[in-house]
Amino acid sequence: MDLVEKIRSGNTRAIAKAISLIENETKEKEELIDNIHPFTGNAFIIGVTGPPGAGKSTIVDRIIQFERNRNKKIAVIAVDPSSPFSGGAILGDRLRMQTHATDRGVFIRSMASRGHLGGISTGTSGAIKVFDAAGFDTIIIETIGVGQTEVEVIEMADLILLTLVPGMGDEIQAMKAGIMEIADLFLVNKSDIDGADRLKSEIEYMLMLGSEQAETLIPPIKLASAKNNTGTEELYTSIFERLNLFKNSGLMANRRKIRIQKEIEHIFASKLKEILYTRLNMKENISFWIERVYNREIRPYNFVKEKMMELKKENVL
Amino acid sequence: MDKKIRIVIAKPGLDGHDRGAKYIARALKDAGYEVIYTGIRQTPESIVATAIQEDVDFVGLSLLSGAHNELFPRVVNLLKEQEAGEIVVFGGGVIPEEDLGFLEKKGVQAIFRPGAPISDVISFIKSKTGSTAA
Repeated sequence: MDLVEKIRSGNTRAIAKAISLIENETKEKEELIDNIHPFTGNAFIIGVTGPPGAGKSTIVDRIIQFERNRNKKIAVIAVDPSSPFSGGAILGDRLRMQTHATDRGVFIRSMASRGHLGGISTGTSGAIKVFDAAGFDTIIIETIGVGQTEVEVIEMADLILLTLVPGMGDEIQAMKAGIMEIADLFLVNKSDIDGADRLKSEIEYMLMLGSEQAETLIPPIKLASAKNNTGTEELYTSIFERLNLFKNSGLMANRRKIRIQKEIEHIFASKLKEILYTRLNMKENISFWIERVYNREIRPYNFVKEKMMELKKENVL
Repeated sequence: MDKKIRIVIAKPGLDGHDRGAKYIARALKDAGYEVIYTGIRQTPESIVATAIQEDVDFVGLSLLSGAHNELFPRVVNLLKEQEAGEIVVFGGGVIPEEDLGFLEKKGVQAIFRPGAPISDVISFIKSKTGSTAA
């Protein structure tokens, strides 16, 4: 039985190996992704993001439980940062989900960012496809603990759950561009500590200001304590209400098409770069070119233009 | 891109002393490995399920309760049963010298006892992966 068939039959080992093939940028990666493509597009993909320590893993653990109560198969991709110094990583998100470790309907995969910025890793989108093809009903991407600008998860998920906690600043923080703008659903976690209600009203205030969105598209704000398991069922219900709303309104399809657009653009860009760099013999020449630009013998834009002209003459472009 | 070496560090059994496990996890991260840390009170079943889902190359077990002769070989056997026998199992903790031969025979490929320098662990991992890079 080939790898794709094994993935489709839900074979744990095959799924795990396939993700490694993608994550390690092996030569098998492209064919694998193409071969599973026809079997993807069925799973709901939820992005869970928020600052470090906001309780993302604990809330994911709760969502897993609710999904299992409904007999849904669920996969989690938990991303943690790689060390910029050693390249190593401590992947500790699944620590909070280990009660589900032996449940056959749950698959948790930790991924290190491996130098990728944006809150996820380069292999994340491929891993989503593997889980999708393997028949998981729901896939959760738990991002790295993010700051204000790591919003790339929006390019992968059907719904973004932004997990926040009280005590991280005033409503001006909430108004800023970036992470606050990508949420489809806000969770104010650790609702048992002081300031949770205030944070909720600050987010409400921010959303009311100048929002021209249709009423139904204004993101709901839920209060919960993942640790004490209060408010979590309501959050869970809200997630799936939103997902169904997005699906029925066509918004989900639009987002998925944008995702495909980005994917195609990305593949084109990387393939073109590959061709160009090979033809230019980039590896051998680059240090020579750097020297010339450094010594002001040539100008960067003009130099690249000339090189492109040469390639045009050779009919490479 | 080179294949990254991935390692599960887990604590089977009932003791809650995770300082050693955390120390090892941290040191392996600093040596350039991707370490999946599962925390305390894991069953051999949950450790093996984790190792397979995470597609790791090594499983490192830390145990201070005295149940190593029971639990370490159980992890090795479960991996074999699930066709993941190529995953290398090593262990650490308060393990008496007279148990080392038994554990080795059961397929635990190295044991690091209290006071073992971290460089020993890293040399062991390198010797098994046949590379100098992490």
